[in-house]
Amino acid sequence: MEPSLARYIWTHTKKQQLWILMIVVLSMIPYFMSFDLPKLIVNGPIQGRGFEQPGATQPFMRLHYNLPFIGEVLVFSGFQLGRKATLFALSLVFLSLVVVNGLFKFYINTYKGRLGERMLRRIRFNLVDRVLRFPPIYFKRVKSAEVATMVKDEVEPLGGFIGDAFLQPVLLGGQALTAMLFIVVQNVWLGMIAAVIVVIQIVLIPRMRRRLIVLGRERQLTARALSGRVGEIVDGIGAVHVHDTSNYERADIAARLGRIFKIRFDLYQWKFMVKFLNNFLAQITPFLFYMIGGYLAIQGRLDVGQLVAVIGAYKDLPGPMKELIDWDQDRQDVQVKYQQVVEQFTVEGIIAPKIEALTIDDPPPITDPLSAISLSIADDGGAVLLDRISLQVKPGETVALVGTATGGANALAEAFARLVWPTSGRVASGADDLLELPEAVTGRRMSYASSDVFLFQASLRDNLLYGLKHAPLTSVTYDGAAADQRGWDIEEARRSGNPDLDIHSDWIDYASAGATGPYDLFEAVRRVLDAVVLSRDILDLGLRSSADLTRHTKLAGRIVELRAALRTRLEHEGLSGLVVPFEPGAYNKEATIGQNLLFGAAAGPELADRALAANPYFASVLRQSGLDRALYEMGMEIAEQAIELFADLPPDHQFFQQLAFMSAEEIPAYETLLQRLKNRPYEAVSENDRAMMVTLSFAYIEPRHRFGLLSDELMSKIVAARNLFYENLPPELQNAVERYDPAKYIAAATVMDNVLFGRVGNNHPDAPDRIRSIVYDILDELGLYAELLNVGLDFNVGSGGRRLTSGQRQKLDVARALLKRPDFLILNRPLEALDQRMQDKVLRNVLEEARRDGHSPAIVWVVTNPAMGMMFDRVVVFDSGRLVEDGTHETLLAGNGIFKELLS
Amino acid sequence: MLLKDEVGMLQRVPLFSGIEPAKLKLLAFTSDRVSYSAGEILFRQGDEADAAYVILSGRADILVDSDSGPIKVAELLPNSIVGEIAILCNSSRTATVRATSSLEALRIRKDHFLRLMKEFPEMTIEILRVLADRLSHTTADLIDARSAR
Repeated sequence: MEPSLARYIWTHTKKQQLWILMIVVLSMIPYFMSFDLPKLIVNGPIQGRGFEQPGATQPFMRLHYNLPFIGEVLVFSGFQLGRKATLFALSLVFLSLVVVNGLFKFYINTYKGRLGERMLRRIRFNLVDRVLRFPPIYFKRVKSAEVATMVKDEVEPLGGFIGDAFLQPVLLGGQALTAMLFIVVQNVWLGMIAAVIVVIQIVLIPRMRRRLIVLGRERQLTARALSGRVGEIVDGIGAVHVHDTSNYERADIAARLGRIFKIRFDLYQWKFMVKFLNNFLAQITPFLFYMIGGYLAIQGRLDVGQLVAVIGAYKDLPGPMKELIDWDQDRQDVQVKYQQVVEQFTVEGIIAPKIEALTIDDPPPITDPLSAISLSIADDGGAVLLDRISLQVKPGETVALVGTATGGANALAEAFARLVWPTSGRVASGADDLLELPEAVTGRRMSYASSDVFLFQASLRDNLLYGLKHAPLTSVTYDGAAADQRGWDIEEARRSGNPDLDIHSDWIDYASAGATGPYDLFEAVRRVLDAVVLSRDILDLGLRSSADLTRHTKLAGRIVELRAALRTRLEHEGLSGLVVPFEPGAYNKEATIGQNLLFGAAAGPELADRALAANPYFASVLRQSGLDRALYEMGMEIAEQAIELFADLPPDHQFFQQLAFMSAEEIPAYETLLQRLKNRPYEAVSENDRAMMVTLSFAYIEPRHRFGLLSDELMSKIVAARNLFYENLPPELQNAVERYDPAKYIAAATVMDNVLFGRVGNNHPDAPDRIRSIVYDILDELGLYAELLNVGLDFNVGSGGRRLTSGQRQKLDVARALLKRPDFLILNRPLEALDQRMQDKVLRNVLEEARRDGHSPAIVWVVTNPAMGMMFDRVVVFDSGRLVEDGTHETLLAGNGIFKELLS
Repeated sequence: MLLKDEVGMLQRVPLFSGIEPAKLKLLAFTSDRVSYSAGEILFRQGDEADAAYVILSGRADILVDSDSGPIKVAELLPNSIVGEIAILCNSSRTATVRATSSLEALRIRKDHFLRLMKEFPEMTIEILRVLADRLSHTTADLIDARSAR
């Protein structure tokens, strides 16, 4: 990147800078005209000069010029206007000048702002573009949060400065020079005095600011380090808690903040000190004028009028000077920031842009062998990981790399994946150095998975398909406002040097997954998920989440059929007792009272959980059906029982998991509430307290809690209240609840709840498992298995994939590598989090899936257990960075080498 | 059956007889009430032991697998507890329990049970006593068996 900010700005914006300069010069004309106008108004129509005779008129808008050689030229003789008319006319001219000036200012500011924002966009993009091209080793040394803060915060002030970068010095310099000249013209000696002071300012102030620059740089570095540390704390929060080091972190952060404070405070002090000096120098000039000029005037060597004119002219000098000096300070500040960032982003060995060039068409398969030629790899500290290895993997060959943890097999796999670069020797595909091949070849024809998985915070599907998103493959046609927006996007992207690739295009390379489009891609996805034994987990996620009905219409369309099939099946197996279905006219004993009352899924916060009892409409329904009092008393009873049971237990006692009514923290509050309300008549209890108590009853399930609080009469009242609730549901609550309807899919409920449409009985401990497997069977029978898998794929994996277990993450990574059907599949201890039995199973499946449909990719697998070598054509053994054995499983087993040792 | 009835039942179980009713009520509340019909299995030999069961009503057989099929070794009557030993020694189930009539039981989860033992030494001692009792029975049986040979 360009190390000088000024040159960077000039290269990319010279046309615009010149244009805005021209506009600014143009804007001066009305600006100076508006200075002259008040005088004309006051002297002319108001004071009456030129209108001494009643009925006198003056020409208005008379245009005449005195040109050299030609003499006076009259362009327009003007309108003859009376005194009042002239006043109005001149006032209107004044108004129009105000408007014109305002518009000029508006245009200039907008233009400068846009210029700055475009540049900012360009710089930020350049930076991220470089991040994408950094050599792998660089990432071992930087913290992600520091890079982020450089891209985001540190270049931000540049945007504001760029519009003024060239304009300001020209403009202010011009103004200052004019004022200076005027002074000199009035009196050379006084002009000299002013000039000397200005020179002192120009020389001294920037010198003093050098320290400001140093401090500014320190401020930037410390702030960046701070954000790096904060990022580290967030990423390593587990380690902090595990080791009780939160106070160490606090101390570290406090120390850093202290340092930052000191730097910033120094900066302020110094800044205001400079400001003080600057102001002082500016003020000392008039002092000299008064004293020396006055002295000269008394002596009669200076005209008083001249002195007054000089002092008058001087007042126009400090303003531009000050702004000019401020501009210079901004310039230095921004320049420092820019340089700092550029230094960080100037890295040796950056990947050439052509390696990552956008390639639409898929490259042909790699038919050359992949080879390591005298390959050595050392880590950051210089320790040798691989020592002059030569090895060739032929297309279609399956190779197990076996070794101890320090054997070097990992390093070889990483070198094959281009994740580490050779220290000496090279990795080659055929005759080409692997590092010279475009990523379009290595990223599509080879794939890599390791135990160190990175997932993006997106859905499972997005993460799985991530490996297929190489280029925008379709051109989306937009119309109407969207087309305008797209046109604007492209135009602006170009102006800022950004690419105009359409993120909304379909980036998924279906062909490489062996599919023809979105419709049959799912088959491929399902196969790889089955291969890594992840389908069941995803189905479970699908059952537990609520389906997006705009995408998964099949489920909703066939929900009635599904529910009926489940009932039939349960009856058939004699398990009807396991699920108590929801029936609009009956009380469901296995559901809570709240669920029985609402008989629907809350789709908004108004009727969810705790808000339900406090909802005024709901409370009025309870009152009308005579339940308010009954439920209040029930709540009192529950509170009493719960407190009796749990009051003595420490709040972290595991029994609290069983207490559905209240949390451990709420017990004291309910205890006092109970004391207060115990002997108070119902009528005297406040609305709020009533709601508190009624809420408790909502969580009650008779067969589970067994307090004996539910009578037949109460149940029928609850069913009646349910109907009443829906009869008069006010419009603002229409969308807050979805009523349970045996013929309707309830979007707010989970898929499982929708299929069950009832509650699983509490008295069978293994009921949930049995029902789940029955549900899977039924979904499969009805052909909805894929749909459910699809729902599960919507699951958001969380930051870094942390909502999945590490085993699931690793399986997903392998599935992702498998999905693109590569020619070379490199797997680097990919399933470490799984037990050996599962690893073997996945290994077998993956080998089979990779070879499906006559494919025969080369597979290089760094195995965790030498016994897994049996399933490969060839086994290569590493020990301390050296290749020690290479052969088939049988030959190595027959020999007496390290492999045999490792096996036993 | 309600919570307070269950407390009454629990009091009749020797293991819990020394525990004050309030604590028994907590035990009952935190346990799951489960029901089985005749022929259903509470747990199988070899399963992981995750809970103990107190029979509230109904009967069940304790069966042990053998080469010639399952052998009934004992019968469970109401107010008896079963499965508590496997919880204690972290082993898998040593026998299968099958309901012979419709059966109601309280299922006490392993972690809850252990927590109770920690908090109520009288219960722990009672369990020890039962264990010691069984051991001496087993020893006596062993002596009988050896001397009969």
